[in-house]
Amino acid sequence: MLKTFPKGGIHPPENKITADKETVTLPIPKQVIIPVSQHIGAPAKVIVKKNDKVKTGQMIAQSNGFVSACIHSSVSGTVFKVDNIPDAGGYKRLAVVINVEGDEWLDNIDRSEDIIKEINSDKNEILKKIQDAGVVGLGGATFPTHVKLLPPKSMKPEVLIINGAECEPYLTADHRLMLEKSEELLIGIKILMKALSVNKAVIGIENNKSDAINKLETLSENYDNISVAALKTKYPQGGEKQLIKAVTGKEVPSGELPVKVGAVVQNVGTVFAVYEAVQKNKPLIDRIVTVTGKYLSNPGNFKVRIGTSVKELINTAGGLPENTGKIISGGPMMGRALITDNTGITKGTSGILILSEQESKRRSLKPCIRCAKCVEVCPMGLEPFFLMALSRKTLFEKTENEGIFDCIECGSCSYICPSDRPLLDFIRLSKKEVALIRKAKRIK
Amino acid sequence: MNDVITATIITVSSVGLAAAVILYWASQKFKVFEDPRIDDVEKELPAANCGGCGLPGCRNFAEACVKTDNLDDMFCPVGGNETMAKVAKVLGREVHEKDKQVAVVKCNGAPQFRKKINEYDGVKNCTIVANFYSGDTACQYGCLGFGECVDACNFDAMFMDPHTGLPVVLENKCTACGACVEVCPKDIIELRPTGKKSRRIFVSCVNQDRGGTAKKACSVACTGCSLCLKECKYDAIKIENFLSYIDPHKCVLCRKCVSVCPTDAIWEVNFPARKLKPEENSVKLKTIKRG
Repeated sequence: MLKTFPKGGIHPPENKITADKETVTLPIPKQVIIPVSQHIGAPAKVIVKKNDKVKTGQMIAQSNGFVSACIHSSVSGTVFKVDNIPDAGGYKRLAVVINVEGDEWLDNIDRSEDIIKEINSDKNEILKKIQDAGVVGLGGATFPTHVKLLPPKSMKPEVLIINGAECEPYLTADHRLMLEKSEELLIGIKILMKALSVNKAVIGIENNKSDAINKLETLSENYDNISVAALKTKYPQGGEKQLIKAVTGKEVPSGELPVKVGAVVQNVGTVFAVYEAVQKNKPLIDRIVTVTGKYLSNPGNFKVRIGTSVKELINTAGGLPENTGKIISGGPMMGRALITDNTGITKGTSGILILSEQESKRRSLKPCIRCAKCVEVCPMGLEPFFLMALSRKTLFEKTENEGIFDCIECGSCSYICPSDRPLLDFIRLSKKEVALIRKAKRIK
Repeated sequence: MNDVITATIITVSSVGLAAAVILYWASQKFKVFEDPRIDDVEKELPAANCGGCGLPGCRNFAEACVKTDNLDDMFCPVGGNETMAKVAKVLGREVHEKDKQVAVVKCNGAPQFRKKINEYDGVKNCTIVANFYSGDTACQYGCLGFGECVDACNFDAMFMDPHTGLPVVLENKCTACGACVEVCPKDIIELRPTGKKSRRIFVSCVNQDRGGTAKKACSVACTGCSLCLKECKYDAIKIENFLSYIDPHKCVLCRKCVSVCPTDAIWEVNFPARKLKPEENSVKLKTIKRG
C-alpha cells in the first residue's frame, strides 16, 4: 500500500524527459552574477569590493541576521562590480559580478570524490558548518537550513523526513541526485539526525522513481533507523505538510510549524549540500539543475555553479528552440517565468523549463461554473473559488478567516479549473494584502 | 357582529399600548447619549464615504471633528475648505484654509518612449503584476497600465488614455482623496497643490536608475542630469537617487527647468502656450492641458 496525503491533489502529465540522463558538469562560465538575496530572510551583507581577488568557495557576503544565509563565490577571479542588477523578476537587486580567472579553490575544501563515512563533528559544530556554508532548502523555498535545524525549545523533533518526492512534472534533478549520490545522501541524513538528535529518518520518494527507491532501500540497510517510504505519484506529494501527512499520518495544525507534530522535512538536495558542507568543508556553490522542454534538442541534468547565466545553460542543452514562448525557472506548476535569459542560476533554481508558445499560452478567463473542482483538488482543504471571489472584491480581511494562510500556492486549483480562472494569482494577491494588514495590526 | 369588531379594536389597541409602554421604557432605559452636534456636522459633509480623510466614512469624520480640539488636523479633501469652514461654523471653532490638492501621475512612459521587452498574459491587475515581476518594459518603476487607480477612483476623475496607456486625472473632478495614491503599487501618483491659477510644474517620472539605464529603458525618463537643479534659482529642486523632485511650495512657476530638461521629463500644466523659437519645438509638445 503506497502512502499518500488523503485530500485533494492532481495528476498532471509527468513529462520526466530527463529521468535517465546522467548529470553532466557544466564548464565554468566566463562571468557569474551572484545575487546576495538567494534565500528567504534578510539579504546577506557584501564583504568584497570591486577588483578584489576571490577564490572558489570564499565568502563574499555575510549572513545578516538569524534568518539569513551566507553567500560564497562559486568561481575564482576578480570582482567586476557590486551593483544592482535585474533579477529573474526584473527588479534590481544587489548582486556581485565576478569575472572568472582559472579555478583556484580555497585550501581547506576537500575536492576529492572519496566518501567520508565517519561523522567527527558534534552537534554544534555541524550547525556552525551548515550555517557557514550558506546551505538553504534546495527544494525551491530556499529557507536557511540552520534555522530549520534549531526548532523552538518547546517543540521536540521526533522524525526527520527527507523529501525525495519531486512531484513537479519535468524536473529530475533530485531523482538523479538520489541515484548518483545515494551513499553521500545517507551520510548526510545521519549528520542531520545527529544535529536534530532524532533517531528516526524516513526518505519519501514517489513511486515513479522506482530505481531510486530500490537503490536507497538496499543501501539504507547498512544504516540504522533510516527507512524508505514509497509514495503515490500525486501532485503536490512533495509539499511539506502533505509529505508529513503521508509519511507519519499526522496533520500540521493551521499556522503552526511542522515541528509541532515532531517532523522536520529536508529536501534531498539540501541533504547532499549538508554532507558536502560538514564532511568536505565545501560551501553551497553549485547545484543540479534540470534543463528540459519538449522542443529542446539536448535536455539534461547539469551540475552548475551558482551564478551561471541561464543563457549558457540553455545553449549547452541545445540552444533555445525557435517556438519558445516562456522560459520558466522551476517546474511548470510552481515555477516562475523569467523575463530574460540573461539572469543567473540561484540556490533555489531546481530547473529551467522551456515551454513552446502553444504550451505556455494562458487561455482566456471564463465565468465560474461552480463545479467545485478547485475545492476537490485543494490539498489544504480550502475553497479557492471563494477566496478568489473575496480577493477580487478586495475583502481581504474575510479571506484571513477562510484560511488563506494555509494555502501552499501549489497551483492545483488553477491547473484543474475548466474555466481557466487565475485562482492562484488572486489568492497570492490576498495573501500579500493580509500579511500587510497583520503587520499593521502588530505595530499598533 | 358588532361585538367582534369591538373586541378586535380593544385587543389590538391594548396590545399596541402595551408595546408602546415597553418600547418607551426600553428607549429610556437603554438610551445612549450622542452629541447632537455629530448629526449637524455630518449634514455639512459631502457623504461620499470615500475614506479620503483617513477615517472609514463621513460619520466617523464628523465624530472625530466633534471630539478633536484642533480642527486644523482634520480635512475633508472632497468638500475642501468650503466644507471645513461650514463644519467650523457648526462647532463654533476656527479653521485655517489649506492648499487645494490634485493627484498627478508621475509617469511619462507611453509605448513610443518605453519599449516593451516582454509580454505579460496573466491577470490584468496592477498589484498582482507588481508582486510578480517588474513589468513588461525595462523600467521597473513606471506605470503598468492596468488601471487599478481608475477603478479605485470614486469620483470618475480618472481614465486610461488609450494612446499612451497611462492614467489621466481630470482636474476639475479630482478631490484629492488619495484613493489612487494608496492603490498604486508603483507609487507613481502624488498629491500636489493645484498651484496658482491651477498652474503647476512637476517631474513626471519616478525612475531611480542611473542616467544611462533610465534613458535606455524609457526615452522620457528623468536621468538625474541635474541641469534643472543648476537652472533653478529658488532652491526648489532636489535630486535623490538620480531622480529630480520639485518642491511645490518653493517653486515659483518660472518654467526655466522645463526648457532645459533634455528628456522632456518635466511637465508644465495649464500654462498659456509659449512663444516659440524654432529650436524649441520639443517644448511645444509638453504644454498640453492635462484634463
